[in-house]
Amino acid sequence: MLTNREKEQILISSGVDVRKCMRCGKCTGTCPAYDEMEYHPHEFVYMVEKGEIEKLMNSSSIYKCLTCFACVERCPRGVEPAKIIEAVRLAVIRKQGNNHIKAEDIPCMAEDDDTPGQLVVSAFRKYKK
Amino acid sequence: MIFSYYPGCTLKTKAKELDAYARRSAEALGITLSELPEWQCCGGVYTTAEDEIATKLSSVRALMEAKKEGHALVTLCSACHNVIKQTQYALNTDDDMAFKVGNYMQCDARAEADTKVIHYLELLRDIVGFDELKKNVKNPLTGKKIAAYYGCLLLRPSSAMQFDNPENPKIMEDFIRAIGATPVIYPMRNECCGGYITAEDPAMAKKNSTAVWESAKDFDADYIITACPLCRYNLIKSESPLPVIYFTELLAEALDVK
Repeated sequence: MLTNREKEQILISSGVDVRKCMRCGKCTGTCPAYDEMEYHPHEFVYMVEKGEIEKLMNSSSIYKCLTCFACVERCPRGVEPAKIIEAVRLAVIRKQGNNHIKAEDIPCMAEDDDTPGQLVVSAFRKYKK
Repeated sequence: MIFSYYPGCTLKTKAKELDAYARRSAEALGITLSELPEWQCCGGVYTTAEDEIATKLSSVRALMEAKKEGHALVTLCSACHNVIKQTQYALNTDDDMAFKVGNYMQCDARAEADTKVIHYLELLRDIVGFDELKKNVKNPLTGKKIAAYYGCLLLRPSSAMQFDNPENPKIMEDFIRAIGATPVIYPMRNECCGGYITAEDPAMAKKNSTAVWESAKDFDADYIITACPLCRYNLIKSESPLPVIYFTELLAEALDVK
């Protein structure tokens, strides 16, 4: 059972004030990962406020955020939902043995000579510790 | 004029042409790009978490190094530019971050990383000037219809990037006009290509990238230009029928230094 400690950590790590959200859904409307997400940006904000952290931590949605900053830019209340998603993902991958990706998991690396280093370092930064 | 220059990892490997054309063109325009002696990889993507310090230090070191050299810092890869600018913004606006980074670096990080950072496109706009660039064009790309693909990283978050209007940018279109070509304005020019998701979900990246080139194609573009190696990779992997090239290649062509 997760406690308030997890919620507190996510709030501190993200720096987000979830109470500023007025639930307009613009973040979710503009999200390029919308179709792939079980929980959408506005739901992350709401569920963190309600303390429903465990569902978020167990959802693949935390790996679907593209860090494109569209929701950060377009939120009329300056809530910055991407920072909440990042903080939940970090709460997962910072735990021992919880890396989401390993070098051998990047299939294009072996046979594809065009893969830019930028892709590999970005994926590692987002998916592993 | 001399500027410190941060090329980043991909410009040394898979995006050598982005770098080479930029250096040659700068020289032709009377600008010297002096590569930082010991830069480290920016990490590719900015970690927004306020309790992440170590992942931001390579950017801090680049900023401090440029400050020591006494020049503004020029970046070229969209990702490097985004990470370095956001790191500097965090240092300047978050006292706790500045304090913790200072502890790692054993210095007053905010003061010592206080270097002006500009993207190569800003160098063309604000230092050279697009009118001056136009005068230097030897080989104008007359009649070419070019779609500028901004993607995310040059524009957002605009609080830190301060690059252009994040929803209706014009710097790349002004660049396209300066080299004699015709810009194509299309709806998806500042939407995401899928970025690093292609490492674990190539189908998702393909869907996002396809939406970008289809939009450019609908508006009759001949080419798509970008400053980002990963955008280029994703667009090409999604089988864009339009050639996707670095903006510096067209610049070098226009200046006749290709």
